[in-house]
Amino acid sequence: MAGQQRIYRQRIRSTQSLKKMFRAQELIAASRIGRARDRMASASPYARAITRAVSAVATHSDVSHPLLAERDDTTRVAVLLIASDRGMAGAYSASVIRETERLIERLEGEGKEVALYISGRRAESYYRFRGRELAAVWTGQSDAPTSELAEEIASTLLEAFDADPADGGVAELHIVSTQFVNMVSQRPQVIRMLPLEVVEGVAPAGEHEALPLYDFEPDAAEVLDALLPRYVRTRIFACLLQAAASELAARQRAMHTATENAEDLIRTYTRLANQARQAEITQEISEIVSGADALAS
Amino acid sequence: MAQLEVDLVDTDGTIWSGDARQVSAPASDGEIGILAGHTPVLSVLRRGEVRVIEAGGTVHRWSVEGGFLSVDGDQVTVVVDAAEAVASGTSGR
Repeated sequence: MAGQQRIYRQRIRSTQSLKKMFRAQELIAASRIGRARDRMASASPYARAITRAVSAVATHSDVSHPLLAERDDTTRVAVLLIASDRGMAGAYSASVIRETERLIERLEGEGKEVALYISGRRAESYYRFRGRELAAVWTGQSDAPTSELAEEIASTLLEAFDADPADGGVAELHIVSTQFVNMVSQRPQVIRMLPLEVVEGVAPAGEHEALPLYDFEPDAAEVLDALLPRYVRTRIFACLLQAAASELAARQRAMHTATENAEDLIRTYTRLANQARQAEITQEISEIVSGADALAS
Repeated sequence: MAQLEVDLVDTDGTIWSGDARQVSAPASDGEIGILAGHTPVLSVLRRGEVRVIEAGGTVHRWSVEGGFLSVDGDQVTVVVDAAEAVASGTSGR
């Protein structure tokens, strides 16, 4: 029937336009990922310098700092979820959200109350739809985060960590984001950011170089005071950059698969359309022949 | 004369890196000047101007927003929140 053929043709056309879109998304992601990785690499000297300095202070002095101390005056804990602003990245957002759900469940099982901080529109809409209260949301730069955004997130979270229990202070900060392992592998990861565990940052001194005995200017406590918030910000920035690179890699891969699937569909529909056309022709011929036969007899 | 290995970095990357004769920076309680052979120091920086003087006498200046400075042997790392090149010398970034 002509109707059947028309439907197949329509499907082929719409799949073709989808395919073009997938292809474009794939190319855009592929072109941006290089930049995202460059930014990851160029942020590392700063991170290295900070980490080195923090470990130097930590090994040379026994100063205590609010950011290093466990808080037991509140059961509220903060969770920062770093997801993407847009979809079309396969399971990228879904897997960090799932990891977050698992973390929240565990924390709530320990009798803690979770305050959720979110970066990325996908995660925001997920939790808004489920009616969950969000402490703060940042959107708009998930695939190219700036250091200003990291600064803003870090200062919000540090304020929350510093605040009184009555003003919504939190005792811990966990970050759920995606670690960029390589182009084909990105893993959701959970980091407990605050209170800081300096042990983690202490670089083992090489065999021949002992960490030097530093003079602190003006004094160790104040140096630590200046360093730790920066350290937190750097770690958050690093998470954001890794998440951005992961998002783009996931998107490129998802869109590549989508393009291939669209091609498969187009092939299938073309075959079906040809078959329908052939069937129609056969039917018409048999109608004509049988009509002629009827007249002849 | 021994040279200092200087790295000036901010959150987005390395701004300047190379050998220099002298580095001066705005420490929390006054200008600090570093020459080769300085004792290891970790210092908080406030807003002000960082100057790096190369062996040839070329001076690079940046106005910075604050950060910190670490001297370790002859390795000087200046970590700043934001830096802007002052006058000529380098384009900064």
